[in-house]
Order: sequence, then structure tokens, then C-alpha cells
Amino acid sequence: MSGFDFLSTRFDTALGWARKFSLFHYPFITACCGMEYMSTACAHFDIDRFGAGLTRFSPRQADLLLVVGTVSHKLGPVLKTVYEQMMEPKWVIAFGACAVSGGIYQNYAAIQGIDRVIPVDIYIPGCPPRPEMVLDGLLKLQEKIQKQGQDWRWRKKT
Amino acid sequence: MEKEDLIDEIRKRFSADVESALETLGDQTLVVRKEGLVRLMSGLRDGPFDYAILLDLTCVDFLASENRFEMVYHVFSLNRNRRLRIKVSLPGEYPVVDSLTGLWKNANWLEREVFDMFGIGFMGHPDLKRILMYEGFEGHPLRKSYPWRKEQPLVPQKD
Repeated sequence: MSGFDFLSTRFDTALGWARKFSLFHYPFITACCGMEYMSTACAHFDIDRFGAGLTRFSPRQADLLLVVGTVSHKLGPVLKTVYEQMMEPKWVIAFGACAVSGGIYQNYAAIQGIDRVIPVDIYIPGCPPRPEMVLDGLLKLQEKIQKQGQDWRWRKKT
Repeated sequence: MEKEDLIDEIRKRFSADVESALETLGDQTLVVRKEGLVRLMSGLRDGPFDYAILLDLTCVDFLASENRFEMVYHVFSLNRNRRLRIKVSLPGEYPVVDSLTGLWKNANWLEREVFDMFGIGFMGHPDLKRILMYEGFEGHPLRKSYPWRKEQPLVPQKD
């Protein structure tokens, strides 16, 4: 190799770089926002360009939970179980107005935002959000992953 | 049979059960006494009227009025391409009406939904329990007396 004999970086930075470009996501889709998710995931907008193209349909293999659509109180325990089954490190995106805040539903049935049940990293509002907004949200999440303190197996817990 | 003749024929045959008939925007409606509901419905399903399909059944809550709840049934005749609406007024806080599960199988789940949402009892229903709301849910959410925005979460909610 010429001109590129060695590369120096912080281990945290390298790990963050690896993690942000290999997001395996689990789509938890309950409503019409799913259409926008499909649009984002398929070739037209292509979520794969940002390294999040590999959808896993098991939460145990995923590290990004996409909550897409209205979550009812009946579904609350299911969402919590899915989140708890995911391995660390894990992130959550609330996709669409319903997942962010309950949206137009404020009644006996709907949870007023999934952050009442599980922690959320990125909120993407909109009813439904455009695929561009979803990609923007994904980029924001990648930024967050890059900047956060990385957790790894032999890291000393403070 | 023309529309009006049909209604007249039904009224003649079930004069004891039908209270009144009215037409709204081309839709025929019969107001029926609670006691004669099953008799009338089975008469409509079989025989010359031929209303073979129960399209839907639901309930309306008129909180302030004397007869608080009103059951609404929609039946449809495939052969004649004709619809009919049947209404039954129910007095009291927790009324009971005869089940139609003996006539139409699909009445089973529809009546369970009305029981879940309005708390109407159905006499003769084989499995009357909640269908949409979860176990432990208190009250009937589509009643006008159910507090709006009252939630009964299953997992503890953070603010």
C-alpha cells in the first residue's frame, strides 16, 4: 500500500462507525405509516444506502426498533416484550404522529406516545412522514450513535 | 313486490311486532318491539321476504332519552338486492335483548362487540364475553357515560 500505511482512530469512534452503518432493524408496524416505511425501505428511497437495509423479523437479532403506527393499550405489553427481547446496544425510532404522541387518537384505546412504555431515541413526526423525513431521522440516529459513548463487552463499567 | 308493498306486507304479517315504519333517504326502516324481534327476524330471513344476510348490528346510546339504548340491525336480500334496517328501543341502564345467533352465525361476534362496547346483554348467546377490549377493562367505552380520555393501561405509563 502506498500513502496509506496506517490508520489511527479511537476505538469508540471506530465502533460507533461500524454500528451506525450496520443497523439491523425490526419493523413493529401496526398502521398506515407502514406504507411509508415500505416506500422508504424499497428501491425508490432505499434505506439500504445508509446501511439499514437488513430487516430482521425477530427482535433478538435486531438493534433498531422501528415503531410504526398507533399502539393501543392492548398492544402495550407486546411492545414492551419486544423491546426487552432486543440485545444491547439497541435504539428505538418512533415513526409517525401516533407513535410519537398518540396522534389524532386520544381516547380509551390508544397509548399517548410509545415513550410512555419504552425509551425512544428519535421521533419522526408527520401523518404519515415522508420517506425523506424518515431518512433524515435515520441520519440523526446515526449521528447520535456515532457521538454516544460506546458500550462493549470488556469495557469497564463506571 | 315494490318497496312500499313489501313494507306493507311485512307490517301486515307481523302487525303485533312492528311499531312503525319510516323511510330515510330511500332506506326503509322498521321500528320493532323488543319481544317480537327474533320472530320477525326469522320471518324476514325465510320465506317470501328473503333477507338472507345479516350485514351488521350495532347500538346507539341516547343518554338523555327515556329509552337509552337502541339496537340497529341491517339485513340484506341477495336475490332482490334490497336492504332493510330494523331498530329496537331498549329501556334501562343494562338492557337485555334476544340474541340472533340462532338465525345468523355472524351475529355471534357482532353481538359480542356490542356487549363489549355498550354493555348490552344478549339472551341465548353461546359465548357472551368481550371481543375487542382486554381482560380487566372496566366499563364499556362507547357508552356516552364513559369518561372521554379515560385510559386503562396494561403497562405502567411514564409521563
